[in-house]
Amino acid sequence: MARSTGKDAQALFHSLRSAYAATPTTLKIIDLYMGFAVFTALIQVVYMAIVGSFPFNSFLSEVLSCVGTAILAVCLRIQVNKDNKEFKDLPPERAFADFVLCNLVLHLVIMNFLG
Amino acid sequence: MVGKTESQNGAVKATAAPAMNLESDLFSNFSFKSFKLKTKQQELLLRVSILGLVYILAFITRLFSVLRYESMIHEFDPYFNYRTTLFLTEKGFYEFWNWFDSESWYPLGRIIGGTLYPGLMVTAAFIYWTLRFLRFAVHIREVCVLTAPFFASNTTVVAYFFGKEIWDSGAGLVAAAFIAICPGYISRSVAGSYDNEGVAIFALLLTFYLFVKAVNTGSLAWALASAFGYFYMVSAWGGYVFIINLIPLYVLVLLITGRYSMRLYVAYNCMYVLGMLLAMQIRFVGFQHVQSGEHMAAMGVFFLMQVFYFLDWVKYMLSDTKLFQAFLRITVTSAIAVGALALGVGTASGYISPWTGRFYSLLDPTYAKDNIPIIASVSEHQPTAWSSFMFDFHILLFLFPAGLYFCFKKLSDATIFIVMYGLTSMYFAGVMVRLILVATPAVCLISAIAVSATIKNLTSLLRTKSKTAVAGSSKGTGGSKASSKASFDQSQPFQKNGAIALLLGAFYLLSKYATHCTWVTSEAYSSPSIVLAARGAHGNRVIFDDYREAYFWLRQNTPPDAKVMSWWDYGYQITAMGNRTVIVDNNTWNNTHIATVGRAMSSYEDEAYEIMRSLDVDYVLVVFGGVTGYSSDDINKFLWMVRIGGGVFPVIKEPDYLVNGDYRVDKGAAPKMLNCLMYKLSYYRFGELVTEYGKPPG
Repeated sequence: MARSTGKDAQALFHSLRSAYAATPTTLKIIDLYMGFAVFTALIQVVYMAIVGSFPFNSFLSEVLSCVGTAILAVCLRIQVNKDNKEFKDLPPERAFADFVLCNLVLHLVIMNFLG
Repeated sequence: MVGKTESQNGAVKATAAPAMNLESDLFSNFSFKSFKLKTKQQELLLRVSILGLVYILAFITRLFSVLRYESMIHEFDPYFNYRTTLFLTEKGFYEFWNWFDSESWYPLGRIIGGTLYPGLMVTAAFIYWTLRFLRFAVHIREVCVLTAPFFASNTTVVAYFFGKEIWDSGAGLVAAAFIAICPGYISRSVAGSYDNEGVAIFALLLTFYLFVKAVNTGSLAWALASAFGYFYMVSAWGGYVFIINLIPLYVLVLLITGRYSMRLYVAYNCMYVLGMLLAMQIRFVGFQHVQSGEHMAAMGVFFLMQVFYFLDWVKYMLSDTKLFQAFLRITVTSAIAVGALALGVGTASGYISPWTGRFYSLLDPTYAKDNIPIIASVSEHQPTAWSSFMFDFHILLFLFPAGLYFCFKKLSDATIFIVMYGLTSMYFAGVMVRLILVATPAVCLISAIAVSATIKNLTSLLRTKSKTAVAGSSKGTGGSKASSKASFDQSQPFQKNGAIALLLGAFYLLSKYATHCTWVTSEAYSSPSIVLAARGAHGNRVIFDDYREAYFWLRQNTPPDAKVMSWWDYGYQITAMGNRTVIVDNNTWNNTHIATVGRAMSSYEDEAYEIMRSLDVDYVLVVFGGVTGYSSDDINKFLWMVRIGGGVFPVIKEPDYLVNGDYRVDKGAAPKMLNCLMYKLSYYRFGELVTEYGKPPG
């Protein structure tokens, strides 16, 4: 049982890797950016666990900033991906412009909330 | 007030003018093609002028009390909003945001900057500053009085666009017309009712419209706009909890019914993260979005969506389904386990606070009556009777199920939303009278769908023998369907007569609705409740302005640092108009303080004097209606003072004031009742028929 699940996990891992290698480079860059954001959020949570969450608004603003940029990157990826039939009418420049606008609002609010 | 209607007329004229110019140009080159264009221009002109008329109608139907009495603020809560707006315009935003008020809740004081919803005040101040910039010398009081009708007009415009998004432009126009005069909305947005709901319903409908638009288009820009709409709603009213629970519920329903799409992901996530961040900028809300049980549904759905779409993406990447099933099982079980663990730990450790009493009593209506007498005592929080529904909705009440039927016939993401909004808001409207207001936009929209679809079907039956050019007009989005249906029904005789009869019946119903709404507005919802009118013995109109005269007496004849004790209903008015410090007011945030006042009012005079000495009270204000037959005075509310006081101080027992379970105030009343402070103050020298009331003794 354990060996079959181990083999399953390996097979899963391999097929995922091979499928992912086929994605276009632009999407991989966006994925890298998203990974960086999530990684930063994890570091901040670990730091909070060590030091304590006293200025809670600062902690919240930093975590939400990372989560927000990750979410917006995912939204950009969805809208730019040519495989998504729903968004084939949307020019990628418009998607990027929306992304920049939302990021601007996000970071302005974060700067106000950092305290 | 003149400036407002002028600017609205100017807006209507400006949009109608280009349409008129285009039409005259088309008249000049008269060709076969211009026949189709002319119809389109006509239709646009018709729509714009209807919307303009509805806009003006929504404004002027709310002006009854301004015409009958004068332009003043009504009721109790609006006086606090007026006072804070005055402070904002005089001292500026920074002082307002950091204001600590020592004039109310003496000796505790109140952190006003951190315990109010600033949206209404900031909006009114913004309108005031804009008008001042345009050199209209208005007083802030006029702006405050007319803010609610102005925003009601804006709500009709939003309702039009929302109806257009859900169904078509015809339904949008009908929805705008319905919501302009619906009594359920008028009751809280009449001129002078300067309260949060006047602005909040506009913000509610705007947020919902922008969110449905974002789900329909999948654009980040619309989701950002809906996040800003949500921010405006959070800044305006505590009822934003309804939005932050309805939208996740809607997303959940879409996920379950299999209507999930990438657009939903983009819309909800952008709106949730940005909306949550923006909402936390309001100090009164603070960190509730991550710490309160009422907001946890949104966060739960947020994490669920991440898991859901991640699984969807993995499924798309993998070609082997068996492998994916195994992965699916592992991920789902671990996600559920982690989620349940987090929720359990959070709730058990108290980090996630449970639902507060105000909202918990919506789910369990008996909770407030047993546990929190203050919430139970407010008359607006009682369950709704059928007569209230009929009074506030009239024909919309039976058009609502008809509209639900039409929505189910043509299910889409937008109609699912409006159905859910309608059903949940009707449930809450049944629990609490005050929430009929929240249900009103949904009922108007759904009924508009029913009316629009029915009338459209009937009129297309009337036009069966029309040319193809007319059938292709923009009025018939369902035109092609209806014409094929009409050709199918050609064989039925009297079909046209039946359609005409039904149309006449429909128009009769709609005209009765308009009459009823105007009558209700005029009779029931236009009283300022601070000025009363009655018919004298000779049929002349007698105005009772006693409240304001009493407050003005306080303002002129007492020292500036005098402290006034009264029941909490009048607190806001005393601080706003009398400009004196009060002990308790309508904010009711400190139950023990109110119970102390209640105990003082219901004790014997010597005990009450001790309590009042400890509170530094100089004056006592009591409202007594025995001379004029005014029925909502303090003697009528006295049992609530006893109950609230007795809730904290067991020395006050309610049965002491009753005779065999009956509440009597005549000679046969209970001895404790005859000797308590409230009774003594109210009936002081009543035997000599003193004609003034509300005068504070020393």
